[in-house]
Amino acid sequence: MSLLIKNGLVIDPSTGKDSKLDILVEKGLIKKVSKKIEEKGVKKIIDAGKYVVSPGFVDMHVHLREPGQENKETIETGMLAAAKGGFTSIACMPNTIPVNDNRSVTEYIIARSHEVGVVNVFPVAAISVGLDGKDITEMADMKEGGAKGFSDDGKCVMSADLIRKALEYTKMLNVPIIEHPEDHSISGDGQVNEGFISYKYGLRGMLSAAEEVIVARDIILQERINSLLHLTHISTAGSIDLIRNAKKKGIRVTSDVTPHHLLLTEELITSYNPVYKMKPPLRTEEDRQALIKALNDGTVDAIASDHAPHTFDEKDSEFEYAPFGVIGLETSFNVVYDKLVRTGILSVSKMVELFSTNPARIMGLDRRGVIEPGAHGDLTVFDPEKTFKINNEKFVSKANNCPFNGWKGKGSIVYTITGGEIAYQA
Amino acid sequence: MGDYIFSQNHLLGIDHLSDKDIDTILETAESFVEISTRDVKKVPALKGKTVVNLFFENSTRTRSSFEIAAKRLSADLINFNSSVSSLKKGESLRDTVLTLEAMNPNIIVIRHSASGSPLYLTTFAKSSIVNAGDGFHEHPTQALLDALTMKQVFKTIRGLRVAIVGDILHSRVARSNIILHSKMGNEVSIIGPPSLVPREFEKMGAKVHYNIEDGVKNADVVMMLRVQSERGAGNYFPSIREYRKHFAINRKVFKCAKKSAILMHPGPINRDVEIDNTLADSDKSYILQQVTNGIAVRMAVLYLLKGDFNEPIN
Repeated sequence: MSLLIKNGLVIDPSTGKDSKLDILVEKGLIKKVSKKIEEKGVKKIIDAGKYVVSPGFVDMHVHLREPGQENKETIETGMLAAAKGGFTSIACMPNTIPVNDNRSVTEYIIARSHEVGVVNVFPVAAISVGLDGKDITEMADMKEGGAKGFSDDGKCVMSADLIRKALEYTKMLNVPIIEHPEDHSISGDGQVNEGFISYKYGLRGMLSAAEEVIVARDIILQERINSLLHLTHISTAGSIDLIRNAKKKGIRVTSDVTPHHLLLTEELITSYNPVYKMKPPLRTEEDRQALIKALNDGTVDAIASDHAPHTFDEKDSEFEYAPFGVIGLETSFNVVYDKLVRTGILSVSKMVELFSTNPARIMGLDRRGVIEPGAHGDLTVFDPEKTFKINNEKFVSKANNCPFNGWKGKGSIVYTITGGEIAYQA
Repeated sequence: MGDYIFSQNHLLGIDHLSDKDIDTILETAESFVEISTRDVKKVPALKGKTVVNLFFENSTRTRSSFEIAAKRLSADLINFNSSVSSLKKGESLRDTVLTLEAMNPNIIVIRHSASGSPLYLTTFAKSSIVNAGDGFHEHPTQALLDALTMKQVFKTIRGLRVAIVGDILHSRVARSNIILHSKMGNEVSIIGPPSLVPREFEKMGAKVHYNIEDGVKNADVVMMLRVQSERGAGNYFPSIREYRKHFAINRKVFKCAKKSAILMHPGPINRDVEIDNTLADSDKSYILQQVTNGIAVRMAVLYLLKGDFNEPIN
């Protein structure tokens, strides 16, 4: 029942911790954090002398595919993938079959996740019934059933009137509206970023503007409504400018970016390999640099994987016919740590904010994303020196559509601890 | 230069070729032109080789051209046509190709509506892959037969001014031609309404014009493209009437080009849409010679990929 993590470098930006500390977890909650905690009577001790201890990572944008598409992923395999990747909490998007647009689906997902148990699953329910963009769902009922946010992810809410009403209605619920910003009338049946590469390689494009006009629209609506608006998987320099200016004006808006948009660019699609096909599409180096800059200046609040599992056969096809999406739960930390933290672009403390503190706050996860007595015993322990090599044949996810396959570097998860229980051990 | 051999295993696009490769294909094609004028139009160069025409898009012209080219080289050829995509049929492209390859072909000629499909085949197929048109991406044999036609007229394929008019955005013929003529150091103008001629094409080495008279000025070659309404091009301009008024070629506009200029079109032509009826049939028009040259160019490509030329030299 009790777990003592000894002598780890504890980094928790929300309480300002950045030193070697012991952490005692009892009955699922953090009991004590101090320089030296007595080992007597403790059931399990982890020597974290070479490790960093972070509040448990939160991935606020994943697709678990269950119910309905269990050939791609299940709640169980997705949760195991999360644990392996250092995530103690994940928020799953509603585009299941049936859609999570009513309380029974929300409760099914939660019940199933409790049976598996290794990490916390927080469903994001649909904004519109059937994700068809017409009528808002029974949001209050689903919130009571456990929904932590609302999104029509994959399908942007195209009606400005509907997103206005959703933002207004959720003011009484205090949960975020999570927008996948994409004007479908502009992006159409686009496959990749629109620009020189899409023209040269003969692939239909999605203009940056398709994202930016929705970012602008939502910010303008939010300025008046002042609800909770979160813009997910931001991918363009133009969106970053809009969000930065909105924040400067005091408009309440948050945003996340994915590791693939931070680390990859559209040149990769010249291979026509569908493992590089996702929405929003990989953009230009200029966009990528703007995203990285926005991590440090607070324009972007969180890193989320948009873990989107597909079967091997679905992705093994002509580029145009392959579904959009890549997986990331098992690789997000590795690649971000190696490419952005070890290179000095992000401090460890900033990375913890982006992976834990901020997403926990945005999703309203009570007593998570923080290391202090009384908080949930959700902790991520990583070894900054331990090497990794990404091998898509060794994923616990059912899927292998990972654009980082073969990448090597340093920074590996050694323990994922959820509610004081070891969910994953390297 | 003495060490040069044609080293391509596939013909995926003009983008993958060097200017020397292009010269070699054209020179080889020139030597094949004569065969088609013989009484017995057949040489044994590819005897015993098997060519598969794998066409996922409707095509009569290109498919027939490859078929005749293969047969004039004495190759065995089978046609595998599927107007619906393999995906919709339920069998993946990989499975379709692996099934065909179990019959041991040497060359697969593929036409597919999805850009990049020929490159995808090379990731698992054993045969040589020839791109007979992929989506909006490339149509290399078309650009090569266009180049052969120009070379026959102008005795060179360098130092030319080529104007391409029409739906550049949706045209694989335009892309292959722009790339080919950039590689050969020719001047390329592309002309059409801005919605069909994005500025970014200038990075490929073409100059963008929205006015046809400016665009074809002093051109050696005016290449008209078909308005591809089946690819949704219709939404990019208000009406055929207005398009014709601004971007069709007629005798008056054609006078802006050089006196010696020739008119080309990859076909099929829409008479009195992009091309004036009488001009299409005039002595300025090389449209049918292009078709004839298609045979020689495709013979050259098949031959270079799997002919004796590629047998071990040393």
